[in-house]
Amino acid sequence: MSITLGHYLTLGAILFALSVTGIFLNRKNLIVLLMAIELMLLAVNMNFVAFSHYLGDLNGQIFVFFILTVAAAESAIGLAILVQLFRNKSSINVDELNTLKG
Amino acid sequence: MSQTLQASTLLAVPLAPLVGSSLAGLFGTRFGGNWIGRRLTHTLTILGVLLAFVLSAMTLNSVANDGARFNETLYTWMVVGGLKMEVGFMVDGLTAMMMCVVTFVSLMVHIYTIGYMEEDEGYNRFFSYISLFTFSMLMLVMSNNMLQLFFGWEAVGLVSYLLIGFWFNKPTAIFANMKAFLVNRVGDFGFILGIGLIAAYAGTLNYTEAFAKAGELGALTLPGTDWMLVTVICICLFIGAMGKSAQFPLHVWLPDSMEGPTPISALIHAATMVTAGIFMVTRMSPFFEMSDTALNFILVIGAITALFMGFLGLIQNDIKRVVAYSTLSQLGYMTVALGASAYSVAVFHLMTHAFFKALLFLGAGSVIMGMHHNQDIRWMGGVRKYMPITWITSLLGSLALIGTPFFSGFYSKDSIIEAVAESTLPGAGFAHFAVLAGVFVTAFYSFRMYFLVFHGEERYDQNPEAHHDDHHGHDDHGHDHSPHESPWVVTVPLLLLAIPSVVIGYLTIDPLLYGEFFKDAIFINADKHPVMHELAHEYHGAVAMAIHALSTAPFWLALAGVVSSYYMYMINPAVPAAIKRAFQPVYTLLENKYYLDWINENILARGARLLGTGLWKGGDQAMIEGGIVNASWKLVGWLSTASRQLQSGYLYHYALVMILGVFLLMTWFVWLK
Repeated sequence: MSITLGHYLTLGAILFALSVTGIFLNRKNLIVLLMAIELMLLAVNMNFVAFSHYLGDLNGQIFVFFILTVAAAESAIGLAILVQLFRNKSSINVDELNTLKG
Repeated sequence: MSQTLQASTLLAVPLAPLVGSSLAGLFGTRFGGNWIGRRLTHTLTILGVLLAFVLSAMTLNSVANDGARFNETLYTWMVVGGLKMEVGFMVDGLTAMMMCVVTFVSLMVHIYTIGYMEEDEGYNRFFSYISLFTFSMLMLVMSNNMLQLFFGWEAVGLVSYLLIGFWFNKPTAIFANMKAFLVNRVGDFGFILGIGLIAAYAGTLNYTEAFAKAGELGALTLPGTDWMLVTVICICLFIGAMGKSAQFPLHVWLPDSMEGPTPISALIHAATMVTAGIFMVTRMSPFFEMSDTALNFILVIGAITALFMGFLGLIQNDIKRVVAYSTLSQLGYMTVALGASAYSVAVFHLMTHAFFKALLFLGAGSVIMGMHHNQDIRWMGGVRKYMPITWITSLLGSLALIGTPFFSGFYSKDSIIEAVAESTLPGAGFAHFAVLAGVFVTAFYSFRMYFLVFHGEERYDQNPEAHHDDHHGHDDHGHDHSPHESPWVVTVPLLLLAIPSVVIGYLTIDPLLYGEFFKDAIFINADKHPVMHELAHEYHGAVAMAIHALSTAPFWLALAGVVSSYYMYMINPAVPAAIKRAFQPVYTLLENKYYLDWINENILARGARLLGTGLWKGGDQAMIEGGIVNASWKLVGWLSTASRQLQSGYLYHYALVMILGVFLLMTWFVWLK
């Protein structure tokens, strides 16, 4: 059985679905939320790389590098916010962070 | 236009009292710092009214003897479309006579007030008001257009309001002045509707121009109905007169207005202001002459007032209220004369009545002063000995009122009765009966009061309320309860008013009723209403009229009234009590003034309050506040409560919604594209 584009896309979809579920189901930990977002980006990257390979276009792989760079920066900022949040609230429990509630 | 009447002279007539009033009101009261004292105040206002009287007398002289006339617009206030609003004077016989009556009675009342209000704190304020009244009344009678007439009409109403409530610490006075004001609003509403109809159809407010178009208006009907326009106009105008001249059923304010000081009862509520309605109808005679319906209405209303208000005078015990009901009854007589198209007779009675009724009121005021502000005639008696001048003048006034031959009241009242007898209107039969019966009633209550006050035993000590006199802080009289004659400032006006009360009718009946004096002021459709011609036909001079009267019903009715009151109150005082017991329901009806006050307060006023409460609760609170204002904020609040559930503050909710949105967009994109 050869590995086709469909397998890669399915893997990406599964990864994406996992991360979305992680966002929804996670009630405790903001770090897990950040990790789920990162995983979501990686799932997208997987699609990019797969399409790039099967379509013979390197642009997709270049895009992956950009996304990885942005994801790293985003993680850094996100973790910094998270530290500040913990200092202020003494908690990173998602269920307690609902000050935007109307 | 005449050479002898100058606009500046005429202008000075109303303005002189206005200046006096302004000076007294602005500088003589606490408001103006009390710059001018009492003596200066009454000097200034009396000088103003004296000047007005002298100029009025000169005007009357040139009008009567030289045939002078004046009719000019002096100032244009504004022009709206084709409608001009102007200030101007029209002087003819009617105006000149009214000017003299108003200024003369006003002058007497000014002088009298020096004595009557001596102890009152509002001395300067009172002078300011009565001078202001004189100004307003003069503006009313001298006007040459309906707008100025309406201005004067409202201004006298305002001053009447201020003066009825002059003692503003007395709750009854405040109630009375509010009542007078509100009842007059009803009349004034009709009056302004009448003026508005004239303005709408004749296009002018000027008397001369409007009367010139009277013929055109007579052919029209009110749009949408088959009512004659001129009838509607006349009835509207007469409703105004009913309010001001206190005709049934709008008379209820006049007896209560006796809460005011006595000088204004004499000036405003007997001699001048209440006759404004009579004056107005006379002035508008070209309109009234065209509508038999309106004249009939006037005749019946006047007859009801003349007779039934007289009945009320029979049982009153307050000296001022007896005179007040007498005034109502006499105003009814004047109105009856108007209805019979005998306008000049009505105005003639207006003039004689102004003199003798002012005299009676001032006499009553003098008695009240002498009796230490007791007004109840049951606790008087024998005053004749103590107050000779008041006694003799009041006797002359009463004799004039009941129509004793050769007295002024005789000529005017007998002419009214004759005029009604000649009238051919459907209501004339009832009116004739009413005015004839009224003669007896008038004589009875006038002399009941006269005997109770001036004759008989002294009953001063029997007054249960003698020591509860609270509205005047006078304790300088000591405890001597016997009456004393009033000072000269009170008795001189009495004497001066007694003279015209006796002789004016005899002297003026020829020119006023049968001469040319009112020729161009009053218009009578002689073909339809030949009353004045019939009267002139039967008239053979003032002396002959008086002698002829001895053989007619009114004289004997009056005599019967005097004799029966003498018998009941002097010889056999048990009779009135027996009559009262025998006719208890009638007495109760009279005592409650035909329950008109009750109807007004419990049906009209309560109905208006119920309507107001209904509109407030149902319209304002339920519909506007509940249905619109509160419902809108409640709706917004409810929508917000629902929509704020979406904003949970949890990140994963937002993310879920976002994913769902993307999913829906994708679905739409893939399948529906």
